[in-house]
Amino acid sequence: MALALAAFAASACASAQAAMPTEVGIRIHYSRFEPSTVEVQAGVPITFTIVNDDPIDHEWLIGDSNFHDRHRTGTEAVHGDRPDEVSLPPMSIKRTTLTFPPGTYLYICHFPGHEAYGMVGTLVAKG
Amino acid sequence: MRRFIAGAAAIVAALVVSTQPAAACAGLIGPNGAVNLLRTTTFAGYHDGIEHYVTAFKFQGGSGQFGSLVPLPGVPTSVEKGGDWTLQRLIRETEIAKFSVRGAIPLAAPAADAVVLMQVKIDALDITVLSGGGESVGRWATEHGFRLPPDAPEILDFYAARSPIFMAAIFDADAAKAKGQQIGDGTPVHITIPTANPWVPLRILATGKNAAARVDADVYLLTDRKPLLLPAPFANGMELQYSQTASASLLNDLRSDKGMDWVPEMAWLTKIGINAAASQLTYDLAISANGKVPSRVAAGLEAPANPTTPATNSPSNQPLALVGIAILGLGAVLLLGRFAPRSVAP
Repeated sequence: MALALAAFAASACASAQAAMPTEVGIRIHYSRFEPSTVEVQAGVPITFTIVNDDPIDHEWLIGDSNFHDRHRTGTEAVHGDRPDEVSLPPMSIKRTTLTFPPGTYLYICHFPGHEAYGMVGTLVAKG
Repeated sequence: MRRFIAGAAAIVAALVVSTQPAAACAGLIGPNGAVNLLRTTTFAGYHDGIEHYVTAFKFQGGSGQFGSLVPLPGVPTSVEKGGDWTLQRLIRETEIAKFSVRGAIPLAAPAADAVVLMQVKIDALDITVLSGGGESVGRWATEHGFRLPPDAPEILDFYAARSPIFMAAIFDADAAKAKGQQIGDGTPVHITIPTANPWVPLRILATGKNAAARVDADVYLLTDRKPLLLPAPFANGMELQYSQTASASLLNDLRSDKGMDWVPEMAWLTKIGINAAASQLTYDLAISANGKVPSRVAAGLEAPANPTTPATNSPSNQPLALVGIAILGLGAVLLLGRFAPRSVAP
């Protein structure tokens, strides 16, 4: 699964340089997002396949600074199926589809200590 | 965080318990997921190819369950309650002796489930010995309700590549209180491990800590003769604090404690102080007492050519010149708290 995802992620990155991808693979390994930067076309539905290769819980939350400020102090144990809030149990795969207005967004794992450890990625939606 | 103290050889993991994650040094897991270890004492001795770990888990009050994961160099043949005074006696010996030290003497795809090799209950401690890769052991811990810090996946793989054996110790504070344990009371655990490749886990001490956080530990080694160490305790936060022939009185006292009749007639006692930033602890301590250069793989300085597989290790009879090594004190601990794994909410 890890290799497949890595290949998928690499493919997404490569294609991002040529044409904006509509599908993006993100792997979580050793509590890091791979890739940590993604560029997509604004206003187009983007489907993310997120693979948690770690034996611990993670989450993939994407949004602006206000969104992340709220989550840093949140108390919810597990997220539901909101498209921008994905909970990832150990060794799991989730898919979600989002459409972004132009701008820069961060995807972060807000489990205690995870953001500080480096579980932060950047998504740029270009208009 | 206070200093660990390990006995003549040792891994130490102290487990302490508190159900109040916000308490500064009282809990293993702080509100930010940091792992706080309290002072722990561990002794590891090596003699005739058998490593003996005696680690104490101290009751610090509170309620709930907390635990630790300790990487082990091999499959234990027994896990039992340790003696009553071994750890204390070692501490006393070196505290007195430190004033007589002269000069600086140098000195690893989705995996199968973890296999439970042994389960033992000692007082308020539930101990489980596991065989598995980093992923499977981490999954086992997660499935058992514990929260591992974010660096745990990499750290578990690091250790599993050399030895797929881990010991999970879960301390039940409520059970401790029910048994009448007072805060500060320790539960010594004696682990007997046949192995040809003793090492002391240091890197795991930094698990869950910020890069700049300090790690303090005392590592005691008891070997047949003066050991060679890798890395040499000159830099990276290590300091050789004691290196002398173990006194007869110490050895006699140790030998008279429960389960300690293996202590040899003569041995060399070494104490290494660890005072390092968490980011410095990227290695373990490899020990050789047979005159050969210690293994870089055992020291964590390079990956093994052939990573171990999660199968039970057979007791090794590879001759080591260590008579008794005591590896010590350290402890490796990955900690866990039985909490809901996260806190987020809009």
